[in-house]
Amino acid sequence: MAKVLVVTSGKGGVGKTTSTAAIGAGLASLGKNVCVVDFDVGLRNLDLIMGAERRVVFDLINVTQGDAKLSQALIRDKRIETLHLLPASQTRDKDALTSDGVARVMAELREKFDWVICDSPAGIERGALLAMYHADVAVVVTNPEVSSVRDSDRIIGMLDSKTARAEAGQRVDKHLLLTRYDALRAQRGDMLRTEDVLEILSIPLLGIIPESQDVLKASNVGSPVTLADPNSPPARAYMDAVRRLQGETVEMSIPSEKKGLFGKLFGRRVA
Amino acid sequence: MSLFNWFRPKTTAPVARERLKMVLAHERVGNTHSQLIAVLQEEIIAVIAKHMQIDRDKVSIKLDKGDEVNTLEIDIEMPSQLAQV
Repeated sequence: MAKVLVVTSGKGGVGKTTSTAAIGAGLASLGKNVCVVDFDVGLRNLDLIMGAERRVVFDLINVTQGDAKLSQALIRDKRIETLHLLPASQTRDKDALTSDGVARVMAELREKFDWVICDSPAGIERGALLAMYHADVAVVVTNPEVSSVRDSDRIIGMLDSKTARAEAGQRVDKHLLLTRYDALRAQRGDMLRTEDVLEILSIPLLGIIPESQDVLKASNVGSPVTLADPNSPPARAYMDAVRRLQGETVEMSIPSEKKGLFGKLFGRRVA
Repeated sequence: MSLFNWFRPKTTAPVARERLKMVLAHERVGNTHSQLIAVLQEEIIAVIAKHMQIDRDKVSIKLDKGDEVNTLEIDIEMPSQLAQV
């Protein structure tokens, strides 16, 4: 039974696309058949983060409008056979995306894949609503920072009211992914702690991704961080999150560089 | 400021937490508030319309959120001949 997952946040720049690529590649590396879908029409970037920017021929809009078949638009990853990308259109307007068209494509994707991961655009407008509408599971990406937490709260409200599941009286399975977390600054009292954010948003925690240079390095070379350097702290944190998504119980920790006193002191400290 | 505080500089995360709690407490009821105002407006107009003719466009209802109390302001313009009766 296919699962549709939306990666969303409200606020821009918190790590939706990075997380989509990392989680998608992580699930695929465990043998799952995965498609990552870019819903950010006009500002597509998932292709770049996945390293597939030169292989885009058709896109989501072409498929929703019947100008291309889904199989023609899907780009198979060169590193993992079971990982696929459905890119967004870069030239079209976001209004070109219709709810009927999206519904048809999502139904077809559900038949082909184990996981369909939708990378939502920022904001709370049409594009974000279309990206979340068909979701069974939501990953709310949040930075430990006031504006991000506020916007996440707003998005959680929309997941509870504006999705197909909500309309049918069911619930979207919501998870919090805390990104760009700096355990040392939280310890010092100058960054919201995990438990602060959890208390305010009151949805279960999927993972804590530490602030790391490895994320930028991976995006520089067009590789999901979980593939670029699987032993890096963010990659390990994402893989833990991926296992939790699959229902495994994984002890919550914040992976750190395995050197130095800071890592020993704070690396394992969690909410 | 005590000596203790002097050694431990004030941290900012607790301030962030309190500010967030405050703003979200307001915003979470925000949606129901706007519905509440619409319902109140309809019902108040219905009650007044039983006794006199009023222009629906001349009814304004405002909700003002203060720190401690919220005020509901209802402003109804009545035709002057009716008011004098």
